[in-house]
Amino acid sequence: MNTLLYGLITGILFGFLLQRGQVLRYDKQLGALRFFDMTIVKFMLSSVLVGMAGVYFLKDFGLATLAVKPTILGGNIIGGLIFGIGWALLGYCPGTSLGALGEGRWDGLWGILGMLAGAALFAEAYPGIKKTVLTWGNFGAITLPQILGINHWLIIIPFIIGGILLFRWFEKKGL
Amino acid sequence: MKSSDDKKYWSPYLAGALSGLVLVLSVLVTGKFYGTSTTFVRAAGMVEKIFDAARVARMDYFIKEVPMIDWQWMFVIGIFIGSLIAAKTSGTFFWQAVPGMWQKRFGSSVGKRAVVAFIGGVIGMFGARLADGCPSGHGLSGSVQLAVSGFVSLICFFIAGALVARIMYKGGTR
Repeated sequence: MNTLLYGLITGILFGFLLQRGQVLRYDKQLGALRFFDMTIVKFMLSSVLVGMAGVYFLKDFGLATLAVKPTILGGNIIGGLIFGIGWALLGYCPGTSLGALGEGRWDGLWGILGMLAGAALFAEAYPGIKKTVLTWGNFGAITLPQILGINHWLIIIPFIIGGILLFRWFEKKGL
Repeated sequence: MKSSDDKKYWSPYLAGALSGLVLVLSVLVTGKFYGTSTTFVRAAGMVEKIFDAARVARMDYFIKEVPMIDWQWMFVIGIFIGSLIAAKTSGTFFWQAVPGMWQKRFGSSVGKRAVVAFIGGVIGMFGARLADGCPSGHGLSGSVQLAVSGFVSLICFFIAGALVARIMYKGGTR
């Protein structure tokens, strides 16, 4: 029961922040895909930079365990490209479609219905996909520090510096 | 150049950094990372169970992702509620059937937008399940953990998304 309550509270906080950051807007999502309004990239990368440092800090003190999804190149690449096509057509991702509905942009509802249908369709196709695409390039649950064989902070710190330089560039260009 | 509308919102850097902090707290307290697309599988399974529960019980993917309400299911509902609260308390809630950018390019037809949005949803979710995640599961949680799967998927999301957006808005204005 507590787990469900924590899920709800976490979702409410995330949804609140997505709305405050204007991430739930079709115009902002397409603005990023058309490279003239980087609002959603700024939000996402800021979350990643803070989250990266925080999660690995907790991990170093034994306070968190990672839940790394396996790298299956067939699934990640083909699925990722298919997702991108749908994302540009819809203008929302799964989380933001519900958020968009919450702030009154009810075209998100068509997306939610479509995504339920898409999930059902995938469940039908899964037995075949499991034996084919999801066996192509399966490397298991790997992370960048693992494959490079270096300490995670040697990746996190340059990543944060790179992120801040990118933000400065966005602001200079008015993106 | 900030329009007056922008003043009603927060900086995306601030809102983003705070949601990163919420993610870290979530990992600390419950061990849960953000994710949303599995919930659509569980919800679709719940709907299908109404019609043929025995068939759902036999299907591989619904054995893997059991149609039930879990942490992530509540997280997704929470996103809706959180957005509603934020919009209502800041005076930024308004009903809109067709987004501004879409309208400029494709007109104000609600039906046209509905059809494309629905098809986009079908394709997007099929892809997300094949990739084993969406911008929250792979993009945020994956990148945060420095997962190779997260970075590979995220790059593919943007490549295909940018390509389709370019085709859709070819020659169009902002």
